[in-house]
This record gives sequence, C-alpha cells and structure tokens, in this order.
Amino acid sequence: MTKLDSKVPSGPIAEKWTNYKAHQNLVNPANKRKIDVIIVGTGLAGGAAAASLSELGFNVKVFCIQDSPRRAHSIAAQGGINAAKNYPNDGDSIYRLFYDTVKGGDYRAREANVYRLAEVSNNIIDQCVAQGVPFAREYGGLLDNRSFGGALVSRTFYARGQTGQQLLLGAYSALSKEINKGAVKMYTRREMMDIVKIDGKARGIIVRDLVTGKLERHGAHAVLLATGGYGNVFFLSTNAMTSNGSAAWKAYKRGAYFADPSFVQIHPTCIPVHGDYQSKLTLMSESLRNDGRIWVPKKKVDAQKIQKGELSPVKIPEEDRDYYLERRYPAFGNLVPRDVASRAAKERCDEGYGVGNTGLAVYLDFKDAINRLGKNVIEARYGNLFQMYEKIVDENPYETPMMIYPAIHYTMGGTWVDYELQSTIPGLFVGGEANFSDHGANRLGASALMQGLSDGYFVLPYTMQNYLADQINVPHLATDSAEFEQTEKDVQDIIDRLFVVKGNKTVDSFHKRLGLIMWDYVGMARNKEGLEKAIVEIKELRKEFWGNVNVPGEKTGMNVELEKALRLVDFLELGELMARDALDRNESCGGHFREEYKTEEGEAMRDDENYMYVSAWEYKGDDQEPVLHKEPLVYENIEVKQRNYKTA
Amino acid sequence: MDLKLKIWRQTGPDVEGKFVHYPVHNISKDASFLEMMDILNEELVANGEEPVAFDHDCREGICGMCSLFINGHAHGPDDSITTCQLHMRKFKDGETIVIEPWRARPFPIIKDLMVDRSAFDLIIQAGGYVSINTGGVPDANAIPIKKENADLAMDAAACIGCGACVAACKNASAMLFVSAKVSQFALLPQGKIEAKQRVENMVAKMDDLGFGNCTNTYACEAECPKDISVANIARMNREFLAAKVS
Ligand SMILES: Cc1cc2nc3c(=O)[nH]c(=O)nc-3n(C[C@H](O)[C@H](O)[C@H](O)COP(=O)(O)OP(=O)(O)OC[C@H]3O[C@@H](n4cnc5c(N)ncnc54)[C@H](O)[C@@H]3O)c2cc1C
Ligand code: SF4
Ligand code: FES
Repeated sequence: MTKLDSKVPSGPIAEKWTNYKAHQNLVNPANKRKIDVIIVGTGLAGGAAAASLSELGFNVKVFCIQDSPRRAHSIAAQGGINAAKNYPNDGDSIYRLFYDTVKGGDYRAREANVYRLAEVSNNIIDQCVAQGVPFAREYGGLLDNRSFGGALVSRTFYARGQTGQQLLLGAYSALSKEINKGAVKMYTRREMMDIVKIDGKARGIIVRDLVTGKLERHGAHAVLLATGGYGNVFFLSTNAMTSNGSAAWKAYKRGAYFADPSFVQIHPTCIPVHGDYQSKLTLMSESLRNDGRIWVPKKKVDAQKIQKGELSPVKIPEEDRDYYLERRYPAFGNLVPRDVASRAAKERCDEGYGVGNTGLAVYLDFKDAINRLGKNVIEARYGNLFQMYEKIVDENPYETPMMIYPAIHYTMGGTWVDYELQSTIPGLFVGGEANFSDHGANRLGASALMQGLSDGYFVLPYTMQNYLADQINVPHLATDSAEFEQTEKDVQDIIDRLFVVKGNKTVDSFHKRLGLIMWDYVGMARNKEGLEKAIVEIKELRKEFWGNVNVPGEKTGMNVELEKALRLVDFLELGELMARDALDRNESCGGHFREEYKTEEGEAMRDDENYMYVSAWEYKGDDQEPVLHKEPLVYENIEVKQRNYKTA
Repeated sequence: MDLKLKIWRQTGPDVEGKFVHYPVHNISKDASFLEMMDILNEELVANGEEPVAFDHDCREGICGMCSLFINGHAHGPDDSITTCQLHMRKFKDGETIVIEPWRARPFPIIKDLMVDRSAFDLIIQAGGYVSINTGGVPDANAIPIKKENADLAMDAAACIGCGACVAACKNASAMLFVSAKVSQFALLPQGKIEAKQRVENMVAKMDDLGFGNCTNTYACEAECPKDISVANIARMNREFLAAKVS
C-alpha cells in the first residue's frame, strides 16, 4: 500500500511556509521560457495561478468551458473574503483565523495547510486592492469589514453583494494583461476530457472544442486543475449549470487519489425549491445573517395555517415566534456555522414547523434590523440580494420575511493533494475548490475565495516551480506519442458509446434522478441503511443510463446535450464513491451528519479516536472496489475539542 | 400558461437562419424564462429533435453568459435584470414571444441563439487592468480612497460583460461596456497611473473590432441589466480628450 506523504515541512507551524520558500528549488529565468504549464479553469484559483506563473516567465496555456475566462463560477460568490488583517482592532490574528478554520472544519483539515492559508490571507487583500478591486469602504476612506458565521470577529472584506465577481475580474484583468503580452495562450469553450500520463507523470490533456466538437491534444511539463467543485452531482445546487466533477474524476481514474468525497456543504440560506422544472437553486448570501433573524412559528397550528396560505407571518406576534438558533446557540445565535444552521432548519421543518407552501422553509426576518438601522441602511447593505429575491419569489422582503431553506453549495472533498498541492500523480497539481483543501468537514463562509486566491497567487507559483525545477531538461512535449494517441482514443470511445445507445430518456431526466438519490441518502442527514441503498440505486441508474439515454445531434459542432451527458457519466460514478465514503465514516463531523452518531441534544458526535483522518480513495478499475488510504490528522498547535457554539 | 414561441434557429455561423414556431404548454408563471426554454428543449429532445442552443451558466444574473433578444428587448421586457432572472409572470397567457440572438457584426452567431463575444475580451486585453504583478504591493489600507469614489467605481465595475448594450444599439457601439471599465480605474488611485494609455488603447481596439460610434441614443443604458450609467461614457470622453491633449 502506498503511504500518503503529505510533505508538510518540519519546524514550528508559524515558520513552515517561510522555511519552505527559503529552501525550495527555483527555475532560472532563461529556463522558465522552456517550460510549459497547462491550467484548466479560470476561476479564482486558475485565473490567479495563470497570471502569476506567466508573470514569472513560464509558458502558460489556459482552458475554460465558458466563452470567456471572466465567467468562471467564482463570479457568483456574493458575501465576501476573509483575511486576518485585524483592521477593526477586534482581536483577530493569523492564529485566530487558523483556529476558527480548523474548528469550523470540525478538526478534519490538515493543520499546516490551514495555517499557511491564514498566513497569506492578508497578502490577498493587498494584491486585490492594488489591482483596483473596489472593496467597500468607510467614510474615512479605509476598508470596511463585516462578520460571517463561525467567527466572533469582523474579518470579511466585501464588494457589495458581488465580492466573487470583483475578485474574479481582478484575476481576469491580470490574466488579460498576460494574454496581451502573448505569454498566456487562452482557450475558451474548451472542456478537458482526460489527463495524459507519460512515465507516470502528468504531461498533457485531451480537450474537446465545444464549438467544433473536435478533440485536441495539449502537452506540458505540468498540469494544474482548478476546475471547481462537484456540487452539481445533486442536480439542484447553487452551482452554475456547467460546474462539474469531470476533471477531478478523470484525474482519479488516472491514479490521483480522491479525498473526503462525502464532505459537501449544505448552505442554510437559499431560496426554497418551488417546482419540479427547476434548474438550479439560488443562494441568499450568508452575510444576511448579520442582520436577519431566523425563526419559525412556535405553534404548529400557525405553521400549518401559513403552509395553506391562511396566515401571514407578519401577523404572528413576537411571543409566538421561535428564534431557534438564538435559543439553541446563545453565544453565536444566527451566526453559527453553516452545517449547524442547516441541520437546525431541517430539524424544525421535519418536526412540522416549516413554512411556505411546501413546509420546507424557515423565515429570515429583517424587521428588527430595519427598525434599528432604517430601511436605507439595509438597502445599502443587501439591496441587490433583496432585488434578486423579489424577482424570483415575487414577494417584497422589506415587508414580508424572506423564506430560506438549505441547499447544496460547496464541496470540501476533492482531489487529494499534499502540502505542495500536488496530487498522487507527479506533475498534476490541483487548486481551489477542486482539491480537498483546507476546510475539513465544513467550510466557513468567505473562506473559499480566500483559499482560491491563496492557492492561485501565493502557493502554486512557488510549489509548482519547485517541481518544474527538475524538468528543465525535458523538451517541449510532443503530442504524437502513443500515450496521447491512446488517451484520445479512450475519450472518443466514450463519445461513440453515448451515441450508440439511442434510448428514449433525456440526459436531464437521469441527472434529476441521481440528484434525488443523493439528496435523500447522501445529503443533510445520512445513515448506514440509506447509504447502502444509494450505492445499489446509483449502480442501477448507471446501467439504465447506458441502456436508455438519448443523446441527439452530431458528434461534430456544438452539441449541448452531449456535453451534459459526458458530465453526467462522471457524476454517476462519483456519486457512488461519495456514498461509499459517507458509509465508511461512522461518525458525524461538520457537514457529514450520520443519524446514528449524535448527542442527546441532536448535535453531531465526532469519533476522534477512529476517524481523525483524511480518507483518500484509490481507483482500481471499473468493476473493482476502490481502496481506502488514510492520512492521519495530527493537531499540535490547537487543542481538539467538541465544537461548541452555545457558549463563547 | 400556454405560449407561442418564435425562435431564431441557425445551425452554424455561415449558414442562413430562420424563425421556427414552437408552442409550449402548462408553463408555471413562477418558472424562469430559461426554465421555460429547458422545458421546450426537453420536449424537443424527447421527440428526437435538436434542442435550441443558448448561452447561460450561473442563472443568477452575474456571469454575463446569458443573452437573448426577447420581444425586441435585450434581456427581455423586465428592467435591470438579465434573461436568466426573467420570470414567466412577466408574460401573458397565450402570448407570442419572439426570441432572437444578439445581432451585431462584432458578435457573430455560433449556433441558434449563441453568439461569439470574444471581442469584449480583446478590448479588456488592450488595457483593462492595472499593470502590476503578483506580490510586492503596499498594504491595502496604505492609500485611503474616498467612499464616494469607491462606490462610483463599484457601480461601474458591476458590468457583467453581457453585450446587451451592443445588441441594443443601432450602431452596435460598445461605448457603455468600455466606459464602465475605463471609469472604474479612472476613479481609483491605483488605476490613475496608466489612465492615458488605457483609454487610448481600449478605444482603438474597440474601433478596430468593428463596433460602431456612439450617437447618444442611450438605448444601451435602458437595456443594461446592471444599470451601468451613461455618465460613464461622458467620463470616458473626458479621459479620452485629456489623453489626446496631454
Ligand atoms: C452562489 C455562490 C456564492 C458563493 N459565495 C461565496 C462567498 O461569499 N465567499 C466565499 O469565500 N466563497 C463563496 N462561494 C464559494 C466559491 O465561490 C467557490 O468555491 C470558488 O469560487 C471556487 O473557485 P475555483 O477557482 O476553485 O473554481 P470555479 O470558479 O468554479 O472555476 C472553475 C473553472 O474551471 C473550468 N472548468 C471546469 N471543468 C472544466 C473542464 N473539464 N475543462 C475545462 N475547464 C473546466 C470552468 O470553466 C471554470 O473556469 C460561493 C459559491 C456559490 C455557488
Ligand atoms: S454595460 Fe451593461 S449591457 Fe453592456 S456589457 Fe456591461 S452589463 Fe452588459
Ligand atoms: S446565466 Fe449568468 S447572467 Fe444569466
């Protein structure tokens, strides 16, 4: 069995990254020009890495699915980005950000990586301001901060409700500058289909040109995947329509271990599901929990009347409202972490106190905040979110409380990477949401943007260079080798097989069914029986898909149904691994809640003795069980405790 | 609701396109416009026909990927939103809805309702950035910025690069898009340093790519889903003149 080597540098935690940088290998400027790097994805992680590696002098080729690198899914992030600047003087520090992130992740993240993340967080804000990112400011001209769940300090920087957009446009502008110099070659409307390995190392990719349908070969000395998360395995999620798990899944099938696949985040504040034709769910930023209070009726009869449309929430007097988060978690109140808030909403709705016509919703009420601060202050803070809500739900949230319900939002799991963000395939690096990363079993709000930019601007340009220093004698990769030939053929085979089926069910109809299995058994609450059932049902669905899917149109030219089918092929396999991973973990931690493992009060119960590890799955073949490897987690700089948000 | 759709179909960039009529039935008024299109496409696929190709991704009004000219309006009849945020309650039962792609020479049609907007990327590449590299920058609070200016910069930076301004303009002018980027940087100290080259290079690139002139009809502002103001065009013209005289 291969031993997982996390390659964490020795020395005190606060000095590890400095020491790494001081001793790593560098490539001299003349040699950099001889080295090619492929980057898949132009979100915060990919965009930032592409610009930074190009600035250093490497030849960079970048790929994305959308028609422009500016449209990567990072653009949709609303709330903000964390950093340990301590500008508000409220007691923040690198250590506290590190501590909150490890604790928020329920002690399932690698300590050294999280520390490094907290350490470089401040550089990110400096970099973005220098790029011209228009962060929110105070009247004195300095940067403003807000609070997010799981923290007692205000450390979140934001640009109205469009922080992801502004940060991504910052990275996109840096990337555009490099494209203009001719140092980066950008390929849009291209989807990576597979990774090419030569002598065990990642040496290139096969991509499909989504406009012509043609397969292309691209070679390089190293490959970086920054392809985002796989939340769309649930069909309904807050992710963009083309967000997918294919790149990470293909990497897995070529030998990169997949870590903690079952760790997904269910975001507590999304607009509830309204119909079976629905294509995606819309997030209402967590920042709303700064000023909104979450409640359901105290009396079941009130809830029932509301569900039938016979009672308006504004008619319910104060004493008949149950502000259940404030009641259960007095120290953090409405600002408990996402997993805790999501489960608490599900608990109330399962008990019959839910609102909306489905009973699967709770209120997020701004009445008190509007009375205290005035409507214009609330409008300035959340105007665009309120407008978005009104457009979708057709209700005015300034007058009637918003309705929210948890939805799939983020995947903490992903490709296993070491301290250098290198996978178990040498030369294959993975950054951003695509790696299993720094968030353990639950990610805190405003930390994904931080991680994406940390990986892209400040970590990968160093660690990839350390690897590339070894590669200066390798010539530019020719793409006519047997390995490229074979990998392209493997891709073509899958495409051909899809067209052969000629069944009578649409791709989306299968995807919706997979989504329901995942939501019911591998969602917010899981148990042994359900997970075993999910594994069987996903296998059956996969079989039915390959026997009865209908992919219309041609192999050449633009074919959106084919694109969706190819992504679903991978989701249908990935879903099973997620269930397997959740079944292995006989404990509850963060977003992974096993109903068998909870305290009497219904809180998640970890089992540190047996499960304090990162699960890393190795692919062994389509008809063989994957093998589980365990990376033990060691905490030397933080005391491991049961998470407690009831008292500070 | 039942609706009659009249949709532009075109199999590729260099072939003739035409309108095709499709009836759709039982559409919920709470469905979004693109969900209505999904329903149509599911039906087409089930009947062995090719679905209508259209661009979309985030479906939250922020990525700028969706387009569509609906009943003569870029992003449809509702104000200040993108097509993906448009809901069917804005239409009447039995109504005929005409759906076309963006029509502008610099945005050639790829297929059906999908167009190629890479010209916008080329304009940004000509100067839509601050020329600094990663690292070695001052502390974020080293240079205070007037809140008023930061807010105005944010207003301009909210542009999603969708191209509705170009599609709405009879001259296919890209002035609103370009001026939004120029303004964002002109309002911030970080962007001031290169202001002169930036505006010259971006405007030159815009002209090169075949976008038309601005004749102040303000159709762009009226159709912009992000309410980007034509005040940005005035600001850009000032920047441009200043660049020319200095
Ligand atoms: C609605 C919403 C709001 C959020 N708000 C916040 C927030 O306020 N704060 C926060 O910290 N985080 C937030 N997040 C999470 C955060 O936005 C994401 O985790 C993060 O942006 C992911 O960045 P990324 O660079 O890893 O990937 P992405 O931005 O998802 O980019 C993926 C890139 O990979 C490309 N790609 C994918 N597959 C392929 C392929 N096979 N071939 C070629 N290209 C491919 C795509 O085209 C794209 O360019 C939010 C997420 C959502 C959904
Ligand atoms: S200015 Fe408005 S219409 Fe034009 S690209 Fe930007 S957001 Fe779209
Ligand atoms: S799909 Fe992203 S803006 Fe409409």
